Amino acid sequence: MISSRFSKLLSWSYLAALYGFIFLPVAVLVLFSFQDGRLPVPPFNGATLKWYGEVFADSRLMSALTNSLMVAIGSATVACVLGFCAAYGLARFVLPASRLQRGLLIAPMTVSYLIIALGLLTTFNWLGVSLSLWTVGIGHVVINLPLCFAIIYASMGDHQKNIERAARDLGAAEWQVMTQVSAPMLMPSILAAFFLSVTFSWDEFIIAFLLSRFDVTLPVEIWSMLRSGLNPKTNAVGSVVFLVSVALLLILELIVFRRTAKK
Amino acid sequence: MTAPVSIRNATKIFGDFTALDDISLEIAAGEYIVLLGPSGCGKTTLLSLLGGFLSPSSGTIEINGKDMGDVAPAKRPTTTMFQDYALFPHMSLRDNVAFGLKMRKVGKAERHAKAEELLDMVGLKTSANKKPHELSGGQRQRVALARALAVEPDVLLLDEPLGALDLKLRRQMQDELKAIQKRVGTTFVHVTHDQEEAMAIADRIVVMNSGRIEDVGSPENIYMQPKTIFTASFMGEVNFIPGTFESATDSTISVKTPLGTVELPEFECRGFTPGASVTLAIRPEHFRASTGTGPRITLGKAKVEDGSFFGTHHRAHLSPLDYPNMTVTAHMPQSAIIEPGAWVELTLDPTSVVVLHGHPPRPTPESAAL
Repeated sequence: MISSRFSKLLSWSYLAALYGFIFLPVAVLVLFSFQDGRLPVPPFNGATLKWYGEVFADSRLMSALTNSLMVAIGSATVACVLGFCAAYGLARFVLPASRLQRGLLIAPMTVSYLIIALGLLTTFNWLGVSLSLWTVGIGHVVINLPLCFAIIYASMGDHQKNIERAARDLGAAEWQVMTQVSAPMLMPSILAAFFLSVTFSWDEFIIAFLLSRFDVTLPVEIWSMLRSGLNPKTNAVGSVVFLVSVALLLILELIVFRRTAKK
Repeated sequence: MTAPVSIRNATKIFGDFTALDDISLEIAAGEYIVLLGPSGCGKTTLLSLLGGFLSPSSGTIEINGKDMGDVAPAKRPTTTMFQDYALFPHMSLRDNVAFGLKMRKVGKAERHAKAEELLDMVGLKTSANKKPHELSGGQRQRVALARALAVEPDVLLLDEPLGALDLKLRRQMQDELKAIQKRVGTTFVHVTHDQEEAMAIADRIVVMNSGRIEDVGSPENIYMQPKTIFTASFMGEVNFIPGTFESATDSTISVKTPLGTVELPEFECRGFTPGASVTLAIRPEHFRASTGTGPRITLGKAKVEDGSFFGTHHRAHLSPLDYPNMTVTAHMPQSAIIEPGAWVELTLDPTSVVVLHGHPPRPTPESAAL
């Protein structure tokens, strides 16, 4: 009896420790973004929304935020379209060395962002492409394409193959099969891939840092703010970044997974 | 819209497996053809050749007199109804049915009107806005039929369309399919392995086995006058009695069997020579009471081994006195009292006996009940 209560207590405290480990840093970050004082360190002096006001009044932060959104949405869209086309081709047609091609498409997942950024930086220098938000977007497509491909490819089954066959039988050309049958049918996984890509691109720092010059994304802007020391304002903007990520995941959960569950 | 189909010497080889071996078949416009056979007999391959999903290794396929050699599925005057229905899950029933017309660039109002007309025909007019996942299996099947007919194909190809339905619904859908086919007049080519379904629905049945056509004919012909041992056993329960052809006179032939020499009317003779191996095929329901009208022959006495009641008849296993190792299956009247150990007379109408070339492939003569 006692041992069972003890083990219950032990498992609950393990759970608490686990979630504490994961969420304590974020909780601290968010808490001190409301700090009424100049330093985001204990003791907590009382709540104020002043720092949030400063964040939204800061034009550099706001333009970085807009840049981040553009890069995230743009690169996620491109990665999804390319990932879908690659998955469709590899799942539906007999292609030479298709296993090797699948491996090559997924391979960038195993390479660190730093290496990818260095490789792209060298390539852009060699091609004479000047760094901009476009180059950041290309970098994010490179890291998100394997993810999009893997998610969409995994959801392409033989049942859908027969449905595509029916569409072709009823007179649809290949592009019509893709746009009017396959893509809508696979929309849950395409949306999942899209929102995950947006989230990864939104948070990404190394590639965005190395491949941008004058216009920067929000993580890069935050990093340059951090160089002048800790400040509740950095906590506030960090909280905004976190909030957007959470919102994206919630949208994913609500729209995509609920839709899938219904079927 | 309807058209004749002509298959000439079609052969399909996959690697070292011959799926179809020199098939020739003429299908008339507006005919309801059922391709019947066990799995792996080539019936689905033949359907895929007609639909254009496969191309023949050799031979030609003509629809309405036009060679289909290089015509893609989308360009053929055929549509296919798939076994798993293959409905578009993200579209309403109306959009599903109208899809083929949309691909043919028919205007929205016109194609929706046509779709609703077809949904009405299959009894789903009020569900036009529903999605496929809201329907039962039988309803999905109807939508698949409406979708395939919406583009007014000359030939509708049905790939085991009733395979996923339960028995009762399957019998009901058979009647509906047949009625709709008569109404639209389209040539239907229907693949199944269910011989009851084939008999209920077909104008002509094509029995297939190991890539070849075994038999072609009306359901009555195929069932009552099968041309081969395979057809006889595939079409339903049958007793095979091996024998030797002895002689023929003007009006009768005689066959020597383990159950004695059997005299049969001459019209059953199909070019047999004396001494040839033959098999007598007798359906269980052809055993008759000896007191009935019409000609009768007997295969001697048999002992009742066991029996079970099937509603319309009793099905009994009998072992003949002259050859106790053989088991004969007979259907006896509802009112009969089946007592194991009792002796009955194996009486039958000689015109119902079919004489086939060769012996059944099994080593010991016994009932070829499926």
